[in-house]
Amino acid sequence: MYIASARRTDLAVPKTGTGRVAANVVALGVVSLVTDISSEMVTAVLPLYLVLGLGFSPLQFGLLDGLYSGVTAFVRIAGGNLADRFQRRKLVAGIGYGVSAVAKLGLLAAGSSAAALGLVLAADRTGKGLRTAPRDALISLSSEPSALGRAFGVHRAMDTVGAFLGPLVAFGLLWTVAGGYDAVFFTSFCFAVLGVVLLVLFVRDKREAVPAKAAVSMRAAVGLLRDRSLRRVCLWAVALGLVTVGDGFVFLLLQSRLEIPAAYVALLPLGTAGVYLLLAVPIGLVADRVGRWRMFLCGHLALLLAYAALLGAVDGFLLLGFVVLAHGAFYAATDGVLMAAAGPLVPSALRTSGLAVLQTGQAVARLCSSVLFGALWTGFGQGVAIGCAVGGLGLVVVLAFARPLREVP
Amino acid sequence: MKILIALVTTLVLAGAAVFYTVHAAGRDVVVVPVDPAAVDLTTPGRLVFRNEAAGPDQGAVASVSLDDPAGPRRLSSLRCGRFAVSAGTGLCLADAPGPLPSAVALVVDARLAEINRTAVAGVPNRARLSPDGALAAWTTFVTGDSYSTPGSFSTRAAMLDRRDGQLASNIEGIVLRVAGERHSAEDLNYWGVTFAADNRTFYATVSTGGRTYLVRGDFDTWQAETLRENAECPSLSPDGTRVAFKKRVQQDGARPWREHVLDLATMKETPLAETRSIDDQVAWLDDRTLAYALPGDGRTDIWTVRADGSGSPRLLVPHASSPALSASAGA
Repeated sequence: MYIASARRTDLAVPKTGTGRVAANVVALGVVSLVTDISSEMVTAVLPLYLVLGLGFSPLQFGLLDGLYSGVTAFVRIAGGNLADRFQRRKLVAGIGYGVSAVAKLGLLAAGSSAAALGLVLAADRTGKGLRTAPRDALISLSSEPSALGRAFGVHRAMDTVGAFLGPLVAFGLLWTVAGGYDAVFFTSFCFAVLGVVLLVLFVRDKREAVPAKAAVSMRAAVGLLRDRSLRRVCLWAVALGLVTVGDGFVFLLLQSRLEIPAAYVALLPLGTAGVYLLLAVPIGLVADRVGRWRMFLCGHLALLLAYAALLGAVDGFLLLGFVVLAHGAFYAATDGVLMAAAGPLVPSALRTSGLAVLQTGQAVARLCSSVLFGALWTGFGQGVAIGCAVGGLGLVVVLAFARPLREVP
Repeated sequence: MKILIALVTTLVLAGAAVFYTVHAAGRDVVVVPVDPAAVDLTTPGRLVFRNEAAGPDQGAVASVSLDDPAGPRRLSSLRCGRFAVSAGTGLCLADAPGPLPSAVALVVDARLAEINRTAVAGVPNRARLSPDGALAAWTTFVTGDSYSTPGSFSTRAAMLDRRDGQLASNIEGIVLRVAGERHSAEDLNYWGVTFAADNRTFYATVSTGGRTYLVRGDFDTWQAETLRENAECPSLSPDGTRVAFKKRVQQDGARPWREHVLDLATMKETPLAETRSIDDQVAWLDDRTLAYALPGDGRTDIWTVRADGSGSPRLLVPHASSPALSASAGA
């Protein structure tokens, strides 16, 4: 078995989870579903609102949009560390959900001030950064270590349902009330509040004795990387993140290969999300049996196959179906599965910090990758950029498979 | 007990959302004088625009008499994000409500009845017709398919030849020369097309490699060449001798533009008396006068300024954007 049964976890648990998914995981799934409806409503209408509603230029939109991606990395680690220090994961996650909820009202209050809108969007992202690691820590601490893949699969599937519904609700509202962006924001706020209420009512915190200060300091969080297996997971995740080009690239190439009418391009991400939704649980179950790290690497193999198909291996509807399937499978086999793989490697007292470090590393790597890819594309053209991406991904995946993280207790 | 609390909370929040949505339409209404007559794009001496007065008619195509531009406006039921008029024909670029963020480009007749409909991706940004209405062009801006950095965006410019119904949904493929050299790149973005009276020559903005250029294109041979750098959203004068454009005069800041007029024979540029940053493809009211929308303080108005750099800007129509003349250009 791979890292799924790492040293520090209780080795006496059964090999595979046969019981039900923990009630806490389902509760967190419902909270994520409702919260994702709220956040995706705003994401869907924000460009329209800023440009048509407020008369912003696309340039201004770019400035605002770029502002909030940088904010989250630091907040994520600091929040994760605080959650561990006081063993209050539910509280920190709740604050994260709450900040995002208040930010929805901020959108209404900010009016047409670019500075205020920038602050509100940054607050929204901060809330998201705060809640992700404690939430994933709660999922991993609430589930049997042997069934973590399934637990994360269930959570991510529910999360994706919310992401599906959000845009539908938002555009439905805009259809009812022309130009009613404020109605969208207010309804989004209501969903966000419902998410917080459900969290408070139904999610149980997993608390242990508050550890000694030194044991959960910021230094201790970074010191987690001294552990060989966790360090290797982080390094490989970062290396794979660096060669994973953003989704936009996949959809752009798919569109140009198949000459899909521009109006239908927005359907492509929905296709990917649909596959993700359907595969998240089955892939999580399989990952519990064959090893989560192996499944994580297989996910990247699926992405590599999608790239290869885009470069000309197949054509027509076959190409469309194959790429959407492979891209969705990539998400199903990597997003929650990585958390399931890494969770047991982190002592439970530092679970939130450990996951936060891993998520931040991955996020920063992906940001670097998209900047690098954009620069290659602009500087040397499409061919060089795609060649580098495919070559890099292929190389790292092969290396990662060649050096499996075999943790025999 | 917990389930009861959850149910009650859900009901209260659902009620609040429904209440707010139902009342959203009726709030913040700006009352403007209204003339009950219908909008007709062939009535001479009228300025057609997008009504920006908050309320149920926001976004509707409207018109006012140029003799009394602050006076009563005629309102239509056609809603557009951007509207253009030439020779009694209108081009409406509107966001299309539905489960997906998309837009439509509608060609309409003088009474605003639909003649042609094209589904478009992205957020409506610019719309233009050639002086006799035979050629139509529009620009949308698209988030989410940009391949590089987060926060970046791309534009799509489309052209429709109404004589044979041919549509170029993205003009990126046009043969482009930058400073005389054949140029092909993946990062080409076109926006802000304006047509000459010959239904062949057009001007537009292209960006590539981090620079923006004014291009002159030939619709028949499908070629384009750059004329100069740093000139966006050109608008050709009725006599075809000059283009008004926005020039970036500051590197940073969200509204870094100053509107200029370029003499196409001498390539000499003249800054206009309007010093506020204009982000619009301006309209020529005649060969000496420009009109443009200016947002600020939660409202958008149409202003006017002389095209030779003299005088000072003047408020033309309050709560309005996307100005266009109802009579054919140059009349």
